[in-house]
Amino acid sequence: MDPRLITALIVVVGVPATVIGYVFVVEQILRLVPSRLQASFRPWLWLLPALLFLFVFLVYPTLNTVVLSFQDKFSKAFVGLNNYNYFFTSPDTLISLRNNVIWLVLLTFLAVGGGMIIAILVDRVRYESVAKSVVFVPLAISFVGASIIWRFVYDYQPPGHAQTGLLNAGVTALGFQPITWIQDAPLNTLALIVVAAWTWTGFCMVILSAALKGISSELLEAARVDGATEVQVFRKITFPLLLPTVAVVSTTMIITALKAFDIVYVMTSGNYDTNVIANQMYKELFTNSQPGRASAIAVILLLLIIPVMVINIRRFRQQEALR
Amino acid sequence: MTAVSVPRSIAATGSARRRRRPSGRVMLNVAVIAIMVVWLLPTFGLLINSIRPAQAVASSGWWTSLFPPYSFTIENYTQVLSRGGISQAFVNSLLITIPSTIIPIAVAAFAAYAFSWMSFRGRDVLFVVVVGLLVIPLQTTFVPLLNLLGPKGIHLLGAGPGAFVAVWLAHTGYGLPFAIYLLRNYMGGLPREVFESASIDGAGHATAFFRLAIPMSVPAIAALVIFQFLFVWNDLLVALMFIGAANAPNLPLTMAVASLATSLGGDWQLLMAAAFISMALPLIVFFALQRYFVRGITGGAVKG
Repeated sequence: MDPRLITALIVVVGVPATVIGYVFVVEQILRLVPSRLQASFRPWLWLLPALLFLFVFLVYPTLNTVVLSFQDKFSKAFVGLNNYNYFFTSPDTLISLRNNVIWLVLLTFLAVGGGMIIAILVDRVRYESVAKSVVFVPLAISFVGASIIWRFVYDYQPPGHAQTGLLNAGVTALGFQPITWIQDAPLNTLALIVVAAWTWTGFCMVILSAALKGISSELLEAARVDGATEVQVFRKITFPLLLPTVAVVSTTMIITALKAFDIVYVMTSGNYDTNVIANQMYKELFTNSQPGRASAIAVILLLLIIPVMVINIRRFRQQEALR
Repeated sequence: MTAVSVPRSIAATGSARRRRRPSGRVMLNVAVIAIMVVWLLPTFGLLINSIRPAQAVASSGWWTSLFPPYSFTIENYTQVLSRGGISQAFVNSLLITIPSTIIPIAVAAFAAYAFSWMSFRGRDVLFVVVVGLLVIPLQTTFVPLLNLLGPKGIHLLGAGPGAFVAVWLAHTGYGLPFAIYLLRNYMGGLPREVFESASIDGAGHATAFFRLAIPMSVPAIAALVIFQFLFVWNDLLVALMFIGAANAPNLPLTMAVASLATSLGGDWQLLMAAAFISMALPLIVFFALQRYFVRGITGGAVKG
């Protein structure tokens, strides 16, 4: 039998059993402790497995990456800011940084803007749930799968041949020359972002739609009775009330854009000026064997994400205050 | 991964439907149907292409096959499955995904209970740390974890089943902040009286956890199972790191499809069939459990 299957079976049965056993063991041990101390020990014993995982797989590696980013390619000698210097002077990495900025702006704009427009439109038709499902479903498809799907949308054949890609079939039908969507910079970065937007718009739409349903219909009716046009209702009532939710989905999209990797890896491998920092890090680590430079890129990614982290924590604090 | 919360609905729900001029209604329907077509066409095209003969795929667009003479075939699927790589990868994906879904949720449930129903010094600060960890990019963990788990460390990575253990553990670590966050928000919202009266009746925390907290949190756990399942099944990056592109017999579907896609002179028709096979299970899970999924992301938390 496949040894991995045996391991997996042991894990699937064993882990829940261990976890349940752990709690009983903890409770037995606590009986031996004076009851005054029980209350102060118990929470930590219950938290212990989770805290161990968080420390080993997130906290320690993140701190260690910061240290490694100041070291050479053998992770031995300290080299000061050399790795960062490389990042900010090498044209390759600067292009990937620029591309991430484009990803951040366009993906957020397309997915959040598109999600809002679709949420508002489908709110007014009878087949709303079907329409929403259609837009939402790509979220279940991996970025790898989405890249393959879109490869056949962007496919290019030389002029004179029958076009096999949907877009170029349209372009040539209108009498233009076919376009190499994946090779032509800067159009190709936009083409890759569209794939991500196709996947994520449904996510923004579902959340914005839930917020839209939360807006009191009496409020909207009152405005209309007072003679407000649909555009005014949207600008003066709907949009301001949706803003907190727009902020929420925008932070999710910003993080998605900063971490973009799969689509670039599958569709272009970062060629044709489409590279992004996550892919550049992968190259430094595996192709160039430069863990120091890879760590520096990871730290830069972390620094870009920290403002989002701060916003999330502040928002969380505000919610807790209301609980 | 990120977590954020969405303002709860304020009473009076109801859509902004309104009687309007017939021309407006027509425009609205045209727009909505156009959006649906745009969203469906790319996937539909891939599906059609995956059941066309190889040389037809290379010489004409998929839409031409919608008109007679029809020639469809399941050849691509039988070929790609019989080559072994993809069916093995399907099994590998299951072997990776199932433990990587169960372990983090089991571990997170205890922590979430402790955060919700036990009071201890430093609880709020610790939970804020969890909220902060939600958005840590996985990239910042890779180099040290490769050192720790690889040849420089405990030798878990490589050709054997060890790489799978590494992936399970890594996905557990990565999935935990979100799992703890979502479960704690849900468990913390359960009625306090239930736990107080259980305690008065002499039930300990273990009983309260297994008999009350877990059964009452089933909707949140279901949402979490779907999230984590989709996240791990669709993951490329973590598998690339800890299993490695060269580790052929252990590749999950995403990596097998990606390597078909990036290899030169690829057999496109095989790639399409393989891509569809990789999407089948998440799509089924998604359609079957969409309701839980939507409730999960709109009812307090979101994963990115």
